[in-house]
Amino acid sequence: MWRHRAFMVGTGLSGLMAGAALLSLFWTPHSPTQIVVRARFKPPSWEHWLGTDQFGRDILSMLMAGAQTSILVGLIAVSLGLGLGVALGLLAAARRGWIEEAVMRLNDLTFAFPVVLLAILITAGWGPGISNAILALAIINVPIFARLSRGAALTIWAREFVLAARAAGKGPVRITAEHVLPNIANVIVVQATISFAIAILAEAALSYLGVGSQPPDPSWGRMLAESQNHLFRSPVLALWPGMAIVLSVLGLNLMGDGLRDLLDPRLGRRGRA
Amino acid sequence: MRNWLAVAALPLLLLPAAAEAGKSTVTLAMALEPPGLDPTTGAAAAIAQITLYNVYEGLTRVNQDATVSPMLAESWTVSDDGKTYTFKLKQGVTFHDGTDFDAGDVKFTYERNAAEDSKNKRKKYFTNMASITAPDAHTVVVALKEPRPTFLFNMGESTSVIVNEEAAATNATKPVGTGPFKFVKWTKGDKVVLARDPGYRDVGAIKLEGLTFRFINDQAAQIAAVMAGDIDLIPYSRAAESIDVIKANERLQVTIGTTEGETILSTNNKHPALSKLKVRQAIAHAIDRAEIIEGAMFGAGTPIGSHFAPHNPDYVDLTGRYPHDPAKAKALLAEAGHGSGLELSLKLPPTGYARDGGQIVAQQLERVGIKVKIANVEWPIWLKEVYKQKNYDLSIVSHVEPMDIGIYARKNYYFQYDNADFNAIMAKADATTDPATRSKHLKQAQHKLAEDAVNGYLFQLAKITVKDKGLQGVWRNSPMFVNDMRSVSWK
Repeated sequence: MWRHRAFMVGTGLSGLMAGAALLSLFWTPHSPTQIVVRARFKPPSWEHWLGTDQFGRDILSMLMAGAQTSILVGLIAVSLGLGLGVALGLLAAARRGWIEEAVMRLNDLTFAFPVVLLAILITAGWGPGISNAILALAIINVPIFARLSRGAALTIWAREFVLAARAAGKGPVRITAEHVLPNIANVIVVQATISFAIAILAEAALSYLGVGSQPPDPSWGRMLAESQNHLFRSPVLALWPGMAIVLSVLGLNLMGDGLRDLLDPRLGRRGRA
Repeated sequence: MRNWLAVAALPLLLLPAAAEAGKSTVTLAMALEPPGLDPTTGAAAAIAQITLYNVYEGLTRVNQDATVSPMLAESWTVSDDGKTYTFKLKQGVTFHDGTDFDAGDVKFTYERNAAEDSKNKRKKYFTNMASITAPDAHTVVVALKEPRPTFLFNMGESTSVIVNEEAAATNATKPVGTGPFKFVKWTKGDKVVLARDPGYRDVGAIKLEGLTFRFINDQAAQIAAVMAGDIDLIPYSRAAESIDVIKANERLQVTIGTTEGETILSTNNKHPALSKLKVRQAIAHAIDRAEIIEGAMFGAGTPIGSHFAPHNPDYVDLTGRYPHDPAKAKALLAEAGHGSGLELSLKLPPTGYARDGGQIVAQQLERVGIKVKIANVEWPIWLKEVYKQKNYDLSIVSHVEPMDIGIYARKNYYFQYDNADFNAIMAKADATTDPATRSKHLKQAQHKLAEDAVNGYLFQLAKITVKDKGLQGVWRNSPMFVNDMRSVSWK
């Protein structure tokens, strides 16, 4: 039962973030980019629920619009990484031999770099910006999904029903599509949730370092970076984006854990026993 | 019980104060670590901030109000045509390595700076010297090819300090000069330590026994360090947002002075749209300086309308030439054929005034219909893309060199202005020896730049000094990058 509660909390937090992002597409209390110098450093009030920042921008609106950026980056980066990574992993598992060897060694190469370092490397070469940050995070996700799906696919390929399918004359493409992919989907979904959380964290880190989202596009990471200079005057400025990052990453991780428990029949049985 | 606690706490409270009283050294915070410590071969401003007037001295010195006084030269005379300067040198001056200072050192230094392989940032000061002769050991005669009205000021800059032949090759790592403080050690990434030279000619006038320059890049960390008492002085603080916090602190004091830093919206005058005068005028009308100074600098800064420092006697206030007027800006854009919109990039180097000011400028430009794409870049990329390759539309940067209106006459400078009329005005200003005539031409030059709206002229960077209240004699204004510590003392 406890695990399910964690799942509920995780889903709740993630839902809050997604809801804020969705809502910000149509409405925010104020403009998230409008600078009003004379209204800066305002404490929370009915007009500005979380107060205003050093430029007099409404913090709640910035957080909502920042959620949009985070989700966009996470969604695109993970989708790209998942699509390419799973394809490579399935290919490696289906063909084995030198193809598998080449794919996996290429993965090892990417794995050798820490996530943020590789992202900085890429944005240093192609220039800072949200699209390059997305690309960098996608590239990082490719080997994660490739390795995971290859490993999972290999165990499926060794199962009797796959042997039966081969005996019945099905080709590798059909077997992959009809038998392997459906059986590894749950692992991939769980990994996607966790990768999504990592991508949000990495985007915040990149924006904090100045190579991610560029002003005036709102971003939690940059809000954090900009608040740093005002720590003595208004420490609460750093608190809001920090909390937003912590809560959404925590939420996604809890949701991922819960999903794993719910989707994996073996774990589920053991858990319930 | 309460009394007993108070008594027990007493020694704890007294201790720091007691330690303070005997203080005879000063720890300064610097944002950047210099690449070397020889200002005659390195260009970084951080070199001068440590060494100028502390370790090295020039023939002349520049004072806080930009006037010039004797330093290694005792006195001088100038010929009527402004081309020959005869310096009488001080006697009994020694370098930190024990060698005597004489006319030969001046000749050596200036000739080295003018040499083919010289890396001096202001090599042109020295290549303009036709001859440097030493009639006796304490007289130097410098003959110029072209008269330079700023010559005596220039000889007090960091690039003109006198070095001796024995130490010249190793000055970058182990500086040897004639100044009141000699080099002790340089811990890379942390600090440079200097100590009072007991052999200094006027050692009695130097109150401080030692100086420590600590490198703390983050401006918030600098403020934290000064509040904790680890730092006594931040001579060039960028933390305008912390002024109120410092003012509330009983032990600390903040002063706001002027610098030579004209902060401008650098404009690529060869960009298809920005090459049109009307577009540049529209930008000038779109800019609201008051909002930028308040928003980015928390009110610390003086609005400017041309490329000239307001504390200079020849300054003309041209901020009213293109007043803030969004409607007029829109009309001018439409006249120039950009009524339907114009998209420009704005590359911002990593300084508070640029990053914060940039967001405000972008919003002001967007109000009149110019779409601005901001890119935050690091210094090496800024130097490469903006300064060298001129691959930019707009940027924000502070031009901190003293009297640098001449950069607009430079061929192929990154503004890409190249204006024959302006060049003619500057040539006349540089050729004259008559102060009144020079002043007239300098004023003309300011008018010309304002009229052509070459760049967006924003504000003069303020010198924000954060210091312990007990420190006195610290420069309030900054006619150039220097931390002259010879007259600083503890109360």
